[in-house]
Amino acid sequence: MPDVEEAAPPFRILPKLTDRNRDFWTAGARGELRFWRCQECGFYIHPPQPLCPMCHSKNMKTEAVSGRATLATFSVNHQPWMPGPELPYIVAIIEIVEQPSVRLTTNLVDCAPDDARIEMPLRVTFEHHPDPEGDIYIPLFRPDVERGE
Amino acid sequence: MDENDIIERRACISGVGQSDIGRRLFRDPFELTLDGCLAAIEHAGLTTDDIDGVSTYPGPMGTPAGFSGAGAYDVMDALRLKCGWYGSGLETSGQLGSVVNACLAVASGLANHVLCFRSVYEGSAQGEKGRAAVMPGGGGGGGGGFKASGFMEWNLPFAAPSAAIWIAMFAQRHFHQYGTTREQLAWIALNARRNAVLNPKAIYRDPMSMDDYMAARMISSPFCLYDCDIPCDGATAVIVSRRDRAKDLRNPALRVEAVGTRIDGRPSWDQFDDLSTMTNRAAGQQLWERTEYKPADVQMAQLYDGFSWITMSWLEALGLCGIGESGPFIEGGTRIARDGQLPLNTHGGQLSAGRLHGYGFLHEGATQMWGQAGERQIATPPEVGVIAAGGGNTCGCLLLVRE
Repeated sequence: MPDVEEAAPPFRILPKLTDRNRDFWTAGARGELRFWRCQECGFYIHPPQPLCPMCHSKNMKTEAVSGRATLATFSVNHQPWMPGPELPYIVAIIEIVEQPSVRLTTNLVDCAPDDARIEMPLRVTFEHHPDPEGDIYIPLFRPDVERGE
Repeated sequence: MDENDIIERRACISGVGQSDIGRRLFRDPFELTLDGCLAAIEHAGLTTDDIDGVSTYPGPMGTPAGFSGAGAYDVMDALRLKCGWYGSGLETSGQLGSVVNACLAVASGLANHVLCFRSVYEGSAQGEKGRAAVMPGGGGGGGGGFKASGFMEWNLPFAAPSAAIWIAMFAQRHFHQYGTTREQLAWIALNARRNAVLNPKAIYRDPMSMDDYMAARMISSPFCLYDCDIPCDGATAVIVSRRDRAKDLRNPALRVEAVGTRIDGRPSWDQFDDLSTMTNRAAGQQLWERTEYKPADVQMAQLYDGFSWITMSWLEALGLCGIGESGPFIEGGTRIARDGQLPLNTHGGQLSAGRLHGYGFLHEGATQMWGQAGERQIATPPEVGVIAAGGGNTCGCLLLVRE
């Protein structure tokens, strides 16, 4: 079963969908975290761009990754900048295990602020936001209990 | 490198000026801009007829509200300037990138005296609602169908709209790698405040203790309120002159000995390879490659503090302390005091003197080097000073030497 949180989500500003970012923001419907990948040299490319930064090939497709990641850093945010998740919430930068140079700014969920540890293993989970222009599945990350610490 | 290649050395700082500065002035930002510009021209001993170049950061921008009080064309027209060169832009090596551009312009002979300015009115723009009022989709209680695109696509959906959060994550990584503590970080804010007490134009001038700092509410860990700079209104201007045209001016020339503009990682906040440092690491390195001076020669540092940790990062990037050692370096606040080995942010920085956005550090550095800083003057006006501004993917620095 895809790991998708269907409970009423908090308010979030949603991304404007384009042909380049659609898979990233919608593949969570199938439980998939997808990135553009160069079909010539295998490099994962994020954010999306018109060619591979390594070999300049334009032969790219989106591919699903495992959804496993590592916590590179984080901040426990207490400030109500905008409507959003309940305070305090954790903003994190994660690195995907397939290619740690691919990072995402995201939220660390199902983790008490005091339990967040840089380098801890994480797993993706998606938050479903119905939207008339196309449902969005926000990729969030939670501690990966299987891989432990 | 042949000395003739280091053409910024043909440039100098010849004057500085500022408008009124305030938390919320509710005055026309264009008027404040012109006040600051005219003050700098007069301070240099020049007239508007002498000014033949204009440079500013970032140029006209409607959003975020209050970020830009005027563009280059606005000032050129209002003062009826005839320019051999002019320019503005956001995509450069920090706010001082506009000053570096001016140095290159005078060095190449396109202009003799370039008016550089930075004008903000973020205090008034935010009004009583605070920072939320100027956040995309914020302050309106729901976003109203606003969709994130471009750079903001990758942080707004995660409720991470503020540089406070982005920089806090760098600081957290530094804490993790080097054992840096909040008790150390606090000294950037405490040092700034004790200097601001003596600066009549600073925004916050009441003394602050470590207990005050530790009792402040958290914003984004490890940053509390006092780690974040103060939005304000005001304009700062500096005159960059060709050194050979500055000999008879009012102030001794402050030679631009070397600049640092390099970027050696992805131009990104979250995709940058090493999250314990920022693009300033390369700018700092480049600066020292362009001069015979060494970090040990620096007698004063004015280092950007949009958030307190950025100053620590600049101390390391400029080799003023070892990598990872900025925490112990500032701890206790003795070294960085006005009478210490490296007086730092002697006007109070942006943390206490207001977010004049980079140019405040250059204004203060020049003022100190000319011995014009009044009550907060460093006892022996420094001959060699380093000025740095910016953070994240936009960082630049200058080494100044008084002639």
